[in-house]
Amino acid sequence: MIRGPLDKEGPDRLYTVTGGRSRADESRFDMVTLIVSESDPTPGMQSEHVKILRMCRRPLSVVEISSYLELPVSVVKILLCDLLDTGRITARHPQVARLGGRLPGPETLKKVLVALQNL
Amino acid sequence: MHSRISERTVSTVLHGTEQSPLRESASNGLKIAIVGGFGVGKTTMVKSVSEIRPLSTEETMTQAGVGIDDSSFVRNKTTTTVAFDFGRISLDEQMVLYLFGAPGQERFWFLWDRLFSGTLGAVVLVDTNRLSDSWYALDRLEHHGTPFIVARNNFTEPRHTLEEVRESLDLPPDVPMIDCDARKRDSSKAVLVALARYLYSLSTNGAAGESTA
Repeated sequence: MIRGPLDKEGPDRLYTVTGGRSRADESRFDMVTLIVSESDPTPGMQSEHVKILRMCRRPLSVVEISSYLELPVSVVKILLCDLLDTGRITARHPQVARLGGRLPGPETLKKVLVALQNL
Repeated sequence: MHSRISERTVSTVLHGTEQSPLRESASNGLKIAIVGGFGVGKTTMVKSVSEIRPLSTEETMTQAGVGIDDSSFVRNKTTTTVAFDFGRISLDEQMVLYLFGAPGQERFWFLWDRLFSGTLGAVVLVDTNRLSDSWYALDRLEHHGTPFIVARNNFTEPRHTLEEVRESLDLPPDVPMIDCDARKRDSSKAVLVALARYLYSLSTNGAAGESTA
């Protein structure tokens, strides 16, 4: 279990990491949106961006990135907005969230049920 | 920030030595919440079925969150911080199910819509010796319209029938109830199967599912 020391984290560092931006754009990502790197880090890039690009060479969810970076989910979403805007990552959004939070159709739920039964 | 620990976990991810990476084709993340009071076994359940060692993170709201836009509230710097654990199960080539251990405390529910919109459903994990710990969570799930089942975690031999528990919790008859031992993978798996069966039945009937107790 990774216990992040976020409680001790002053808001100052979070301010620096995000360049002082608030949460305007974060609704572009769900907690379980899967992020995939589309390019390698470049020199001079912010260290958090470098880490994200490295860890997302295989798909990785926003919440896992948050845990590994030891940064709150909302801060990670802001960092991801930068990378998405510059085409350095792609985002695979959950299909449920696209449906406005309603339950998925029976076909999907049947698949979930069968997959869990076969675990 | 413990950057040393951070670097180590990053390299763990990169090399996939401990944490198995997702399939390249993974594209659809799904969410299930395991809700319950402190010490009821949420993390234990996540751990017993997760394909990765459970992780934890937190969400912090230092901005004018919780639907408050009045700038005077920003100056007051009301900070809501909620920590939660999670694990994951790859279901098939595309679907990845994330299991979140959600604390039942009151402040957590301010973040429910932000973190848990689109959640398929919830497992309310209860300890019969502390049933009152579950009341608030049950009320909030009903409020948010999130389908749920109730799982009784039995660390010791239960002293009440599930029907007695249903009565104590004032649960509608259609909400499935199940006994479990969160330490055991098969038992935790059966809880998730019970929830998935209930969700499937809701999607096909628009009505109550069969009891899985």
